[in-house]
Amino acid sequence: MTKKNSIGTQKIVAVLALVLLYLFFSIFGNNFFQYSTFISILDSSYYIGFMAIGVTFVITTGGMDLSIGTVCICCSLLGGTLFKAGVPMPFALCITILIGLLFGLANGLMVSVMRLPSFIASLGTMMVSRGLGSIITKTASVTFPQAENSGAWFRNIFKFKAAGLPAAGIPTGFILLIALAILMAVIMNKTRPGRYLLAMGSNKEAARLSGVNIVKWETFAYIISGGFAALAGISYAAVYSTLMPGTGNGFELDAIAGVVIGGTSLSGGNGSISGTLIGIFIMSVLKTGLPFVGLQPHYQLLITGIVLIGAVFADVLNKRKRK
Amino acid sequence: MTMKGIDKTFVGVQALKSVQFELQKHEVHALMGENGAGKSTLMKILTGIYSRDNGIITFEGKEVEYKNPKEAGDAGIVIVHQELNMMNHLTVAQNIFIGKETMKGKLIDDQKMVDESKKLFELLSIDIDPKEIMGNLTVGKQQMCEIAKAISTDAKVIVFDEPTAALTDAEIHELFKIINDLRDNGLGIIYISHRMDEINRITDRVTVMRDGEYVGTLDTKSSTKDSIINMMVGRAVYEDPKQQSSVPDGAPVVLKVEHLKAGRLVKDLSFELRKGEILGFSGLMGAGRTETARALFGADKIDSGDIYIKGEKVEIQSPKDAISHGIGYLSEDRKRFGIIGDKTVAENTTMASLENFMNGCFINKRKEKEVAQKYVDALKTKTPTVNQAVENLSGGNQQKVVIGKWLTRDSEILIFDEPTRGIDVGAKSEIYTLMNQLVKEGKSIIMISSELTEILRMSDRIIVMCEGRKTGELSIEEASQESIMAAATLREENQEER
Repeated sequence: MTKKNSIGTQKIVAVLALVLLYLFFSIFGNNFFQYSTFISILDSSYYIGFMAIGVTFVITTGGMDLSIGTVCICCSLLGGTLFKAGVPMPFALCITILIGLLFGLANGLMVSVMRLPSFIASLGTMMVSRGLGSIITKTASVTFPQAENSGAWFRNIFKFKAAGLPAAGIPTGFILLIALAILMAVIMNKTRPGRYLLAMGSNKEAARLSGVNIVKWETFAYIISGGFAALAGISYAAVYSTLMPGTGNGFELDAIAGVVIGGTSLSGGNGSISGTLIGIFIMSVLKTGLPFVGLQPHYQLLITGIVLIGAVFADVLNKRKRK
Repeated sequence: MTMKGIDKTFVGVQALKSVQFELQKHEVHALMGENGAGKSTLMKILTGIYSRDNGIITFEGKEVEYKNPKEAGDAGIVIVHQELNMMNHLTVAQNIFIGKETMKGKLIDDQKMVDESKKLFELLSIDIDPKEIMGNLTVGKQQMCEIAKAISTDAKVIVFDEPTAALTDAEIHELFKIINDLRDNGLGIIYISHRMDEINRITDRVTVMRDGEYVGTLDTKSSTKDSIINMMVGRAVYEDPKQQSSVPDGAPVVLKVEHLKAGRLVKDLSFELRKGEILGFSGLMGAGRTETARALFGADKIDSGDIYIKGEKVEIQSPKDAISHGIGYLSEDRKRFGIIGDKTVAENTTMASLENFMNGCFINKRKEKEVAQKYVDALKTKTPTVNQAVENLSGGNQQKVVIGKWLTRDSEILIFDEPTRGIDVGAKSEIYTLMNQLVKEGKSIIMISSELTEILRMSDRIIVMCEGRKTGELSIEEASQESIMAAATLREENQEER
């Protein structure tokens, strides 16, 4: 059997879980099945979604990036602070992304050149970025421009609001998320960088001995992860307006859980961007839906945990059966 | 003590059809057959790793059925595995007594285990420090530890699964001495091997299996190599050593290495490789042959020395450099360094030359599959499709996929490091044919091998290494097992006298 089938089973389980969850909440939840709820599901999936797409690249190589959660917030805090200091919004956003890429570069070099275990390198970066965020803002919260204020236009990237449209807005962020997911899936499956990352994840030494520049491509994966974390930070600011320094801890675990539910193996060698998206939506449907059936949002954690274990166990069972 | 396993069937795919096997006390009984003949399956049934569907196993006159290896071990039947199952971070003594640690109250008594291990090693007359960390020992020594572990359980039957695959001749000699001692002490030994010359040296009887079926049992003394091989494959495959070099006199030098130094194991090595030549590298384990290959290929750092390819001086700092200069490397350890196991035959084939399969930014998967299929056909690789994951292929076929990778890259110089290790007789001869064909087409091959018969059969010229230096260079006409071994054991001191 080919490896495609092994991703397949888990993905089918995940899609099924997503559909069943949505149906469940629509039937049993009061007023769940409506446009504004749909939008808030999407809203809560952007930042985790971008992070998850990025970190899928790292996980594919068999590595791990724990820093995405705090990098996400740190970049955004920095961008917001710059804007307040008078930097025009477009520049502030570009710098935000740039900082994310730099964090990724740092992670990548530590892993590929300095040969630190990725878990440790990114754990370090996680602390550095969290600390840095607090230092820059002097531990004060940063509020991004709202409504008609100058610079507030950047929110339209993620949610387009205008007169004559539904009050909840058009989910442009969703379109961006899907577009980037398709782009990254193409890179993963159809191009040399993607092929090399997959090969490295399976057998790094054999890839190196085939002439693959593993230092370059491994670093590349972490840079992608960092860049997407920064983009996640911007989307977070667009949706939630106010950022607190010191937050962002734990976002990475949500993103990683989404990746794993979607069928990407933590041991590397396979990577499914579409699976990652499904995993992320399962989590945000849960998060948004549970209050509609009278459960506190923290039930989300409990249920996500069960879904995670169930999805991976289904895959393990399937693999065992084939052996 | 007798052990009789008569008539066993094992379904799923029918791996064994009414196989019989018999082992007596004071006997070394060889079990032979090509890969996939069912030898390992039979042994796994004996030791309770697999359950059987039909048949009876009797041990010391009683009918037995072991549910797991522990039960078999308790009864006195143990396997020394082909791939060693040692915990590299623990000490030798801790490894030997794993699962049956000697206790002092609730605590482990390490000292007692060390003492017991010492006694075991004395019994086997091996010199190993029980306190040494397992990972620091050579493969040969680790194997001795595994034997000691087997004996420590008071084993009555020991199964050796290809014990000599990774050993040097000296270590093999030592191993055989131990096996003989064990036989004299009344144990029954089952000996699985691919190497014909060993069968004559060590065993009393030989049972041959083919395609899951019992073919027959012979007395080793009264049978010839050819008769055993014929039973195994149903055809004769062995050839005599090569008589003379097939390289034309005027063939140009494609690779010239001068004063190569790399790491601890390559000290000042110089040699030349000519177009269309198979240059054999012989020597004992640890002589620095693989390290030479890895340095040449850029896998390990070169400390000093010059490399010329087709007369031009080149810098090799990474495998990428080496590959761009037309060098391809087939590692001795296919699984770790050769194949990317869970990727397909097609993906492995193009791994070193993906830039030739691009359609703008995108990989041209159709072309990739076509080329992979071309090499599958040319090399007669047995795979259902090129979309098969390489790890599902047999060793010989995996090797062919790696060869295909370098041919796709159009490599001119191929380094074959132990090309037939762990490959069965039939596939071996296919690899040999392939190598001869490649040099005929103008490729040049460096072949590293620990098997002297292989060296003598394939090489046009032979370089012998010892302790990181070249201690001999022999033309195939003057080479013999004796002359190679003499050079391979030349230490530095005696070298001065030459």
